Amino acid sequence: METILSVVVGGLFAGAVYLMLRRNLLKFIFGFVLMSNAVNLLIFTAGRLTRASAPIIPDTADAPTEIIANPLPQALILTAIVIGFGFIAFSLVLLYRSYQATGTVDTDKLRELQAALETTHQQPKGQGSQAEVSA
Amino acid sequence: MSYVSYLVALPIIVPLATAGLLFALQPVRHVQRVVSVASASVQLALAIMLLATVSQQGILAAQMGSWPAPFGITLVADHLSAIMVVITGIMGTAVAVYSLTDIDEGRERFGYHPFYHVLLAGISGAFLTGDLFNLYVWFEVLLIASFVLIALGGDRDQLEGGIKYVLLNLVSSSLFLASTGILYGLTGTLNMADLSLKLAEVPAGVVTTVAILFMVAFGIKAAVFPLFFWLPASYHTPPVAVSAIFAGMLTKVGVYALIRVFTLLFTQDVGYTHTILLVVAGLTMLTGVLGAAAQDEFRRILSFHIISQIGYMIMGLALYTPLALIGAVFYVVHHIIVKTNLFLVSGIAKRFAGSFELKHIGGLYKHTPFLAVLFVVPAFSLAGFPPLSGFWAKLILIRAGLEAEQYVIVFVALLVGLLTMYSMTKIWRYAFWKPHPEGEEKLEKITLKQADWLLYAPVIALAVMTLVIGFWTEPFYNLAERAATELLEPSRYIEAVLGPQEATTATPVTIGETP
Repeated sequence: METILSVVVGGLFAGAVYLMLRRNLLKFIFGFVLMSNAVNLLIFTAGRLTRASAPIIPDTADAPTEIIANPLPQALILTAIVIGFGFIAFSLVLLYRSYQATGTVDTDKLRELQAALETTHQQPKGQGSQAEVSA
Repeated sequence: MSYVSYLVALPIIVPLATAGLLFALQPVRHVQRVVSVASASVQLALAIMLLATVSQQGILAAQMGSWPAPFGITLVADHLSAIMVVITGIMGTAVAVYSLTDIDEGRERFGYHPFYHVLLAGISGAFLTGDLFNLYVWFEVLLIASFVLIALGGDRDQLEGGIKYVLLNLVSSSLFLASTGILYGLTGTLNMADLSLKLAEVPAGVVTTVAILFMVAFGIKAAVFPLFFWLPASYHTPPVAVSAIFAGMLTKVGVYALIRVFTLLFTQDVGYTHTILLVVAGLTMLTGVLGAAAQDEFRRILSFHIISQIGYMIMGLALYTPLALIGAVFYVVHHIIVKTNLFLVSGIAKRFAGSFELKHIGGLYKHTPFLAVLFVVPAFSLAGFPPLSGFWAKLILIRAGLEAEQYVIVFVALLVGLLTMYSMTKIWRYAFWKPHPEGEEKLEKITLKQADWLLYAPVIALAVMTLVIGFWTEPFYNLAERAATELLEPSRYIEAVLGPQEATTATPVTIGETP
């Protein structure tokens, strides 16, 4: 079972990296979604997969009465899922706002727009600008 | 004992509680502003008490919820943590005061102050925790607060810079979490003191692999070569107060995490891991300073200099001798004060001259010599002029480098110091000496309002601090020395957390066994 999950984790990481290398920022965020799932599964697998009863101690005992499953990885994953959810929601909204402002989610186009913006910034009121020199 | 536990936890509790209170106070802005500054000062006072207690009693460990050490979350305050918490308090207060004038009403209305305190809580938490997963959680707390602060206001530049900042930091966090998961799989524990013991039983090759994963994850956060590119793309976009606290504290949390894991956990193969760190340090210094030389914008130059200065701190860690670690700790403290101050000065300069672009400003020396003095102190300190704080920081590191016979890195460090001076004189020449391109009249018209002493107060305080560290170095050196001694003897840290140990009889861990 561990072997299968390890392969799944590897596959998810590969997919995540592929998506993150795309120019489209939305795909980058999808890549992050895959990656956070991959990491969660990784923690789950690293905590060892055991078939055992739920880690609940009965009222009558002070210690578990039988072999129990390891609850810690699940607690870690739960925390990580909540944090990841918050981040995904935030970055999607941020990307949408940026799309509204710039009209694109393509990193190359963003760079072009930025460069265009900077050249217009550098020519205020014709003071010592390169345009004047070249003219 | 419980008093000590509270003392260790309070630098986190206070800003978190304040953040909650400030959210509730959202409709009454003037109360919110007072509470924000008051809480930051309380945090500073508590941090100083913590440092004083640590100096008297040694490393303090607080078991949260009274769960004994390897099972619950432990907060640990050794000298390094306490020093970092104090410096967080100082910067938190200084920038909180500066924000009162610098942050506009719109940003205040949409929650600037509460998120600022969430950020401070996250930073303090990251410095104080003794649990690897808890460190991840505090990283995320400070990250989400910084995401909000960097995007708040929604200027076009801010959104673009914000996206780069957010996405790269998300990747770094995922890597950090993945490596934490692997480490848990190897040892079955997340408590850093316990990890330090149990990693000795794990095959060294596996540990080194995980160490490199951590190096990449924290390297992105600390902005070291070649993972720094998000920093200069984003730090110049938000309001000055935000970029000042980011510049001072956030990358240093990454540096702190690197110092912590590469002195406490990953010391099995120092020859391999720390050599990589040394190469990284040299390249970080060089690329940072060369990047700065190519820039023409006040805050962008400063941003690239954050990177080059990070290189010095990593150099101290990489040399891994007592003197080098003293240098690293000293450098972190000096750098946070100086860099935050330079960003704050850039904000005042912009108010006078109207822009951050060096081409479009000038004449500041003639117009306001006082501001020029306030710029010169941190700028020369950054470049390492005696007798300012930066000189001593560089001196310690370079001596350590010479003693370790690492002449290449010493040469790079000296060269980068020289080039830093070039960048600082460039700002000086363009912003202060050169006449203003639109004529002196433009500057004459701008006189700052009376309330703007709130802008000057933190700048003056931080400049005085730079001078104090410069002229009265010994107590600061001694503190850094104690921090470094503790870092080089992890057994003290382990003992404080887990109780007295016989290091040789650590229980062996069998890999692959079901827990």
